[in-house]
Amino acid sequence: MEWYSIDTWIVVIGALAAGACALLGNFLVLRKMSMMGDAISHAVLPGLAIAFLVTGARASLSMFIGAAIVGVLTAVFTQWISRFGKVDEGASMGIVFTTLFALGLLLIVQGADHVDLDPSCVLYGAIELTPLDVVWRPTLYGYFLEVPRSALVLAGVILFNAVFVVAFFKELRISSFDAELATAMGINSNLMHYLLMTLVAVTTVACFEAVGSIIVIAMLIVPAATAHLLTDRLWLMVVLSVLIAMGSAVLGHLSALIVPAWFGFADTSTSGMMAVMAGLIFSTVMLFAPKYGVLPRLVRKTKAVR
Amino acid sequence: MQIEQTGISSKSLPLKIRDLTVAYHRKPVIWDIDLSIPEGKLVSIVGPNGAGKSTLIKACLDLIPRSSGEVSIYGQSYKKARKRVGYVPQRESVDWDFPVSALDVVAMGTYGKLGWFRRVSKRSKALAMEALERVGLADYAHRQISQLSGGQQQRTFLARALVQDADIYFMDEPFAAVDAATERAIVELLKELQKRGKTVLVVHHDLATVTQYFDWTVLLNMRVVAAGPTDEVFTQENLRRTYGGKLTLFTQAANEVVQSR
Repeated sequence: MEWYSIDTWIVVIGALAAGACALLGNFLVLRKMSMMGDAISHAVLPGLAIAFLVTGARASLSMFIGAAIVGVLTAVFTQWISRFGKVDEGASMGIVFTTLFALGLLLIVQGADHVDLDPSCVLYGAIELTPLDVVWRPTLYGYFLEVPRSALVLAGVILFNAVFVVAFFKELRISSFDAELATAMGINSNLMHYLLMTLVAVTTVACFEAVGSIIVIAMLIVPAATAHLLTDRLWLMVVLSVLIAMGSAVLGHLSALIVPAWFGFADTSTSGMMAVMAGLIFSTVMLFAPKYGVLPRLVRKTKAVR
Repeated sequence: MQIEQTGISSKSLPLKIRDLTVAYHRKPVIWDIDLSIPEGKLVSIVGPNGAGKSTLIKACLDLIPRSSGEVSIYGQSYKKARKRVGYVPQRESVDWDFPVSALDVVAMGTYGKLGWFRRVSKRSKALAMEALERVGLADYAHRQISQLSGGQQQRTFLARALVQDADIYFMDEPFAAVDAATERAIVELLKELQKRGKTVLVVHHDLATVTQYFDWTVLLNMRVVAAGPTDEVFTQENLRRTYGGKLTLFTQAANEVVQSR
C-alpha cells in the first residue's frame, strides 16, 4: 500500500464529514426520528437543483440556502401530512421525501444539458477527487500544506455543529427526552426540532459534494446508535459517536486501499467502505458491549439462572 | 389576615377555566368546560377512558391548541404564569432507555428557571438530590432510568415536579401501575404539598381511593359533570352520569363508592 498526502486529505475530509453528521445524529436517534436524516438528505435535492438553476452557478452559499429551505420544508410537510391527513409519521415522511427527491432528479435531468450537476455524484460523492481542489496553501513549521476546499467547509460545519450541541445541550436533552415538559417550561420543543432539522439539511449539503449521501445517512445514524449501546451518559454518547464516526472514516479509507488487493482487485470506493466500517463497528458493539451487548447479557442471564 | 394580603396572586384563583373546548379533527374532546379551582386543594380529575382528562390538562398548559375558551392561572395567561406551574406527564410518554440518570431527570425540573444557554449548575444538582431523598430514591440517583422499577420511575417524575417548585401542579395518572410503597409515598407527598399551600390536580383512575386521597373532585366526561368538594360531588348519581351507559363500569364504580363509605 502506498500512502500519499492525498490519502491523508481523504481521511481528514471523511472524518470531518462523519463527525459533523454523528454530532446531530445522536438527537435524531434519541428522538426516534433516525429516518428523518435519510428523508432530508434525499429531499434537499430539488433545493440544490433550484438554487443551481436560478443562479446558474455552483455557488456554495445559494445551494446551502436552497437545501436548508427544502430540508426544513420536508420536516414541516411531514408533520402536516401526518396531522391533517391522518397518515402515520413514517408513511408521511416517505411520501414527502420520495416526491421531493424525484422532483429534484427531474429538475437536474431537465437542466443537465447546460448544467454540470451529476445525480450520481450527489449519491456517491467524489471523496477521492476532493483533495485536488486546493484553495489554501499555508506553510506550517516548514511544511507546505495544500488545504482542499472541502476540508475547510467541513471543518466549519463540524465546528458549528459542535457549538450548537454544546450551547443547547440542556435544551436538546430535555426536548428529546420529554418534549411536553420542555414546552410547558418554555423550552419550545418544536423550535428545537426545526433548528435540528435545519442543521441536518445544511450538514447534509455540505457533506454531499465530498462524501455523497450514502455516507451522510450512515453517519447520521450508525455511530450514534453504536454509542448508545456503550454508555448511559448523554454527553459521553455524543463524544463516543464522534470518535466512532471518525474511526470509521480512517478504517474505511485504509480498507478501501487494502482489502480489494487481497482478492486481486484495484482499490474501491472510500465512501462505501467508510459506511461499511461503521456497520461493522456497530455489529461488534451490539454483540460485545459490556452492558447492553447481546453476548454479555446472555452470559449474565445464564449465570442468574444458575 | 388573608384579606390584608395584596397583589393579584393572592386574590386570583390558582386555576380558572372558561368555556374551554378542544377538538381533534373537528371532533370535540372536551366541550365547554367551566371550572374554578380554589387554592390549596388536592383535586382529583375522574372520568372514563376517552373522557378528555389528559386533554384538559394539556390544554391548561398550552400544549395543545384550544378551539375556544380561556384558561387563567393565578389570574394570568399560562405563558406569564409558567414558572408557577409544575407538570408530571404520564410515565409512558417518555423513552426510559434515554441515556440519563435519575438525577439528570430530576435536575430537568430546574431547566425552566435556568434559561437558555445556562449550564446545569451545582445548585440544580443539589436541589435534585434533595428531591430524590424526599421520595426515597437517594441511593438510585446515578442509575440509568431504565434500571428503576415502574414505581421508582414515577417517584423520579414526582421528584422532578418538586424541583420545579411550583404553586400549582398538574399530574397525569401518577398512581398508574405503581406498587403499594410508591402509592403511599405519593400520597404523603401530595399531603405535604397541600400543607405548604400548593394546589394539585391529579388525573386519577382508582375510584376506590378518591374519597380517601382528595378533598376536591372534578367528574369529567367531555363536559364537567360535577365539580366541588369530594363529599358533595362524589355520589352514585353523579358517577352514573359520568360513566353513563357503560353499565359494567358504572356498577363497579357504584360498588366502590359503597365500599369506600
